[in-house]
Amino acid sequence: MAAHRCGLSLVCILIFSSLAHPSSCDTLEKANDNTAEKRSISEVNTDGSVAGEALNERQWQSTDAEVDRSDSTTHSEALTPAAARDEFQEELVIRPLHSGDIYASFQFRTLWDTDFLQEGQKVSHYRLFPKSLGQVLSKFSVRELHISFTQGFWRTMQWGQPFIPSPPGAELWVWFHDTVSDVDGNWKELTNVLSGIFCASLNFIDLTNTVQPSASFKPLGLGNATDHRFLRYATLPREIVCTENLTPWKKLLPCGSKAGLAVLMKSEKLFHSSFHSQAVHIRPICQDEQCSSKAWELRQTLNVVFDLHTSGQGKKEWSLFKMFSRTLTEACPLASSSKVYVDITDNPEGELFELSPATPLLGQAVVLGDRRTYSVYDLSRAETFGQLRSFNLLLRWKGDSGDMLRPLLHAERYVAGFGLQTGEIHTVIYNNHPYRAFPVLLMDSVPWYLQLYIHTLTVTSKSRDNKPSYIHYQPAKDRHRPHLLEMLIQLPPHSMTEVTVQFERALLKWTEYTPDPNHGFYVGSSVVSALVPSMVAMRTNFTQDQPLFSSFVPVKEESSYFVRVYTEPLLVNLPTPDFSMPYNVICLTCTVVAVGYGSFYNLLTRTFQVDEPSPPLSKRLANLIRRMRGVPLLT
Amino acid sequence: MRIFTFCTIETGQFFSSGHTNNWAVLVCTSRFWFNYRHVANTLSVYRSVKRLGIPDSHIVLMLADDMACNYRNPKPATVFSHKNMELNVYGDDVEVDYRGYEVTVENFLRVLTGRLPPSTPRSKRLLSDDRSNILIYLTGHGGNGFLKFQDSEEISNMELADAFEQMWQKRRYNELLFIIDTCQGASMYERFYSPNLMALASSQVGEDSLSHQPDLAIGVHLMDKYTFYLLEFLEEVHPASQANMNDLFKVCPQSQCVSTPGHRTDLFQRNPGSVLITDFFGSVRKVEITKDTINLTSSLKPLIQSGDMQIESLTYVDQLPVAEIIHQKPKQKDWHPPDGFILGLWTLILLVFFQTYGIKHLKHIF
Repeated sequence: MAAHRCGLSLVCILIFSSLAHPSSCDTLEKANDNTAEKRSISEVNTDGSVAGEALNERQWQSTDAEVDRSDSTTHSEALTPAAARDEFQEELVIRPLHSGDIYASFQFRTLWDTDFLQEGQKVSHYRLFPKSLGQVLSKFSVRELHISFTQGFWRTMQWGQPFIPSPPGAELWVWFHDTVSDVDGNWKELTNVLSGIFCASLNFIDLTNTVQPSASFKPLGLGNATDHRFLRYATLPREIVCTENLTPWKKLLPCGSKAGLAVLMKSEKLFHSSFHSQAVHIRPICQDEQCSSKAWELRQTLNVVFDLHTSGQGKKEWSLFKMFSRTLTEACPLASSSKVYVDITDNPEGELFELSPATPLLGQAVVLGDRRTYSVYDLSRAETFGQLRSFNLLLRWKGDSGDMLRPLLHAERYVAGFGLQTGEIHTVIYNNHPYRAFPVLLMDSVPWYLQLYIHTLTVTSKSRDNKPSYIHYQPAKDRHRPHLLEMLIQLPPHSMTEVTVQFERALLKWTEYTPDPNHGFYVGSSVVSALVPSMVAMRTNFTQDQPLFSSFVPVKEESSYFVRVYTEPLLVNLPTPDFSMPYNVICLTCTVVAVGYGSFYNLLTRTFQVDEPSPPLSKRLANLIRRMRGVPLLT
Repeated sequence: MRIFTFCTIETGQFFSSGHTNNWAVLVCTSRFWFNYRHVANTLSVYRSVKRLGIPDSHIVLMLADDMACNYRNPKPATVFSHKNMELNVYGDDVEVDYRGYEVTVENFLRVLTGRLPPSTPRSKRLLSDDRSNILIYLTGHGGNGFLKFQDSEEISNMELADAFEQMWQKRRYNELLFIIDTCQGASMYERFYSPNLMALASSQVGEDSLSHQPDLAIGVHLMDKYTFYLLEFLEEVHPASQANMNDLFKVCPQSQCVSTPGHRTDLFQRNPGSVLITDFFGSVRKVEITKDTINLTSSLKPLIQSGDMQIESLTYVDQLPVAEIIHQKPKQKDWHPPDGFILGLWTLILLVFFQTYGIKHLKHIF
C-alpha cells in the first residue's frame, strides 16, 4: 500500500512536470518508457525479430533526450561507454533417469564484452549483468568466481554424471587476479559480501576452513598464469539451502522470475526434491571462435532431481506442471535464445516413453563423453506455445527401461572405527572402464580437529599397493589451518582403489562447540578430478550454436573429457563435555562450604545470651505503680 | 485533483508523528524442530511488517534454525501458522539476514548498537538514524530476567536495557516498540530506562506463555497464543488504517491467552492512543512533490581504444595437466637446517671434548 501511494505520487510528479513543460512531449514519452521498463519487462514486445531493434533503442534512451531517434544506432556505436554488447541465453535440459526420476537443469548465461579489471575506466552502466556482482568483481579483483549451494547428495550410480557437479552445502572457490597483494584479506571481505548477497552464512568461511589447492581447481576461464597463491577454496557442508537463498539468486537474472524459464522456479516444488543445487559461475571466456577478444560470462545454473514417489501418485509420468506447478507462457524478452531440451537418446523409436507436444527440431550434442540426442523446443517461436499460449511438456512412460550404463568414475567415502578417540577415513574410487587406466587427482580437506596420521596413509588398488605419482600435503595448524592432501593416483582399469588414513579426534575448548554439539561435526567432501577417456570425440572449440550445458568445461583434446566427482561429506562425533558441569560444580561446592564450614564456624564463634521477653502492658503498668509505692516488683 | 488532496492529508499526518523511516529487527532465538512455533511467530510478524510496507532492506530477520527446509518438514519450503496448512508465512520471497549459528547474543547486541565489523554487508546492519521508528520482536524461551539464545547462552534484561540506552545515546532511534513473546516476558522490559520506549509482553512475571495449536501432519505446535492473536489482529490492519496502540494492548486478553499480556508506556512521550499501529509496523516513504524538470546530464564517455590494453594469451588452461603436476616442485615455505647438520654438530662437540680431556673419560659416558 505504501508502494501504491509512492506510485501515485510518482504519477503526480509526472503529470505536473508534463503539464508545466508542454514542449517536451519527448520527456513524457521517455519518462513513461523508463517507468514501463522499470515496472515490468514483460510488457515489452516479445516478438523476436523486433527485439534487436528495441534493444538498441533502449541502449540509447539512457543518454540525452534531444538526440534524434532515427540515427540511434550510429550514436550508440560511437558514444555509449563499454558498448554494452551483452547477451543473455537461457535453456532448460530435461533428462529422464532410469529409476523413473527426472533431472532438470536450468542454465542462464549472460555474456558481456567488457573488462572489469581495466585500469582507469570504471564500469558503471549495467544492463543485463547484475550490478551487485559486477561491483564485487571489480572491487576484489576477482578473475573467476564459483559458488554453489546444494541440498542433497548426487547419487552417481543411480543418476549418472551431472552437467555441473557440486558438493552438499555451500562451496566457494575464487581465483584472484595476480595484481592482488593481500589475497587473504580480499578473501575474507569477499566472503562477507557474498553472505549478504546470497543470504547465506558464508561469513563462517575463515582461515580454519580455507585451503589453497596446488593442482586441483585450475581456472575454467581464460588465462595463463596459474600461480596457486591466488586460489582459495572453501566449503561449508553444514550450510542449509532454502527459499532465502533462491530469492536473491533469482533477482540476479535479467528477467527476474517474471518471464522466461525462471517462472518455473517455485520454491515449494524445487525444495521438495531429492537434489537441489543452485550455482553462480563467473569467468572470462573467448568471445568467438577465433578467440581474438575476451568477454565475461556469468552462468547461473540450477540442477534439480525430482523423485518419482514423493511428487505424485507413483505413475511414471512427468510434465512441467507436475514438476514445477507452472507452465511456460513466454520466453524472456531480453534473451537472445530460449530453448528447452529433452534427452531422447534412450528413446529413439519412442518405445520407452512418449513425448508431447511433438517437435520436429532435433539436436545432437557431445556431453560427458557421450553423443546424446535431444528434442529441442524453441521458446522464441510463437508456435511452440500452441493455441493455449502455454507450453507444458509431457513425458509418459510406456516400457520398462533396462539397466543404466555404469558411470566410468565413481567415488565414496566413509568413516570407520569405533569410540570417540580414533577413527579411519576410507575413500574408495571406482574405475569402471573395461580396459583403460586414467589418472585422478584426489583432494581432501580435513578440519584441524581430526588429527590425521599421515604415516598410516595407504593407497591400494586391486589389493596391491599403488604409489601416487604426486603427493602434496599441508599439515594442519590447530585453530589456524585445516589439513590439505592432494594425490595424483593412476587408477588401473576396472578396479577399486581405496585410500585410508587414520585420525585422532581432538578435544575442543568449551566455547568452540556449536550450540548442538551432539549432532556432530561435518567434514567437507573430497574432490576427485579426472580426465576420463571418452567414447566419442569431444569438440575442442566452442561455437555459438552449441547448447550451454555442453560447453561449460573447456576441452583440450578430443579423446577425454574432464569430470569432477564429489564424495559424501562425513559426520563425525567429537568427544563432547557435559556443559551443565560448571553449574553442578558451583552448586555442590557452595553447598559443601555452606554446610560444612558454616556449621563449624558457628560452633566456634556463636555465643548464647539469655534474653528475657518484654512483659505485657498490664504487668508493666503494675510494675510502674509498685515502683512508685516502693514495693518489690513483679517478675 | 482528488489525488492531490489525498496527498496533502497524508503529508499533514506524516509530519505529526516525527519519524521518517521504519526499521524492524525480528529475532527467533530457538533451535531444534520442536521449537517450530518460535520460527513461525517471527515469520508471521515478518509477513505483516512486509505487507504493511517495510522493505526487506529495512528488516533484519534472525532465525536461529531452519524449519522450512528441515528434513522433518513434510512440506518443504513452507512454515505454517494455522493448522490444516492454511497460511504459509514463509512465502516465496523471504530474505533471512542472520541464520543458524549466527544468531547469538553478541550479534544481536552488535546489530542494535551498530558496532559491527567493517566488512559486514548492508543487509546485516541496522542503519537507523535519529528519525527512525524501530520495531523489535523477540521470541523464544525465557525466564525471569533472561531470554535463552539457541540453548547455549542467554541475554539478561539489564543487558537489553543498556543496549537500548546505547542506542539512545547514539541517537539510533526516534521511537522504539519492543514486543516479546516468551514465558515471563514482562521481566525483560522491567529494567528499561531510556526515553521513547514502549514495550509489550505476552505474559507477566511468574506466568508461562502457552502455545496455540498443534498440527497433526507436521507434528509440532505451530504458533504461540499471543502471536497468533497478534497476527489475526494485524491481518485486519492495512497501511492507511487508523488503529492505535490501545487496540494493540487489548490483543489477546486472558480469556484467550491464559497468560496476562502486559505493556509499559511510562517511558513513551506521546499518548499511546495517538500512536498509530502503522507508525511501527508500516513504513513511511517521504515524497517530495516538485514541479521542475530535472535535466539528467549524459554520462557519455568516448570509448578508450585498445591501444594500451594488456595482451594476455587467450587460451584456456589445461584442467588436469598430469605431466606438469608430477614435475611440480613442492614449495618450501619453512626453512629447515640441511640434513645431518645436527648430527655433525654433536660429533664436533664430542670430538672437541675428547680432544681436551682425553679418551679415558669415554668409559664414564658409555
